[in-house]
Amino acid sequence: MAAAGTVDHVEAEPEDGQRLATEARDRVRFEEDALALSEQVYRVARHLAGSREEADDLVQETYARAFRSWRSFQPGTNMRAWLLRILTNLNIDRGRRQQRAPQMQPLEANDYYLYDRLSEDGDGVTDEERVVERLSQDDIVTALSAVPHDFRDVLVLVDLGDFSYADAAQILDIPVGTVMSRLHRGRRILKRELAESALEEAT
Amino acid sequence: MMDPCAHCEEMMQPYLDHVLTDEEMVAAEAHLAECEKCRRRYRFEESLRVYVRKAADEQMPVELRQKLAALRIPLE
Repeated sequence: MAAAGTVDHVEAEPEDGQRLATEARDRVRFEEDALALSEQVYRVARHLAGSREEADDLVQETYARAFRSWRSFQPGTNMRAWLLRILTNLNIDRGRRQQRAPQMQPLEANDYYLYDRLSEDGDGVTDEERVVERLSQDDIVTALSAVPHDFRDVLVLVDLGDFSYADAAQILDIPVGTVMSRLHRGRRILKRELAESALEEAT
Repeated sequence: MMDPCAHCEEMMQPYLDHVLTDEEMVAAEAHLAECEKCRRRYRFEESLRVYVRKAADEQMPVELRQKLAALRIPLE
């Protein structure tokens, strides 16, 4: 450390120029790498946020902040997770979480509830791959947005964003055990919402 | 002893997430091999995950891509 500092000092001027050039190159590369991930970031942001407009704003703010604080990214680590950490923090900061901590009411539905409802309903189709087709894309998007934030964040990161439990824990700054329990519960809530919308359509 | 189908239900999420231990996996598969009801339910869950992912997939608007590129900090 000390030796490097000394050398820096002695050859200040040419070294400075070179350092700036290296830094500029690193920054440009960082920006390009980050932009190459924007499609993937958006896909996750779209469902972390409540609407397309919110997702749009959130992604822009995320990139503005990422470009400003690019030095805090450690090369070689997971940049997509780093970007989503910024994004989820902004999402919280922006006060979009008016919902209080969700009440822990017992879930009446079990993991099989949705399948049981869909397959017992009507036309005799019980083929597992076909029965899901009773759900429309709108049903799914609406049901996702009805999952309370804390559960949805985990659900979206893991099931739509393909993040590991450990990555999701780091992004949201919560323990892995919490990721697992919220994920489990979030999936059940999603299925209950889907079952409700499917039943409404059937009647 | 717990009802084997209820136990199988508890194993479903971790099974599909590939986080069961080898031993738990073998036990779950042994039950699935002999229980059509659970097998169907697992298959449904798997299809549902794929289906949800597909339904939720939305492409980024082109204008947004341009706006992001415009946020880059110009070189001095």
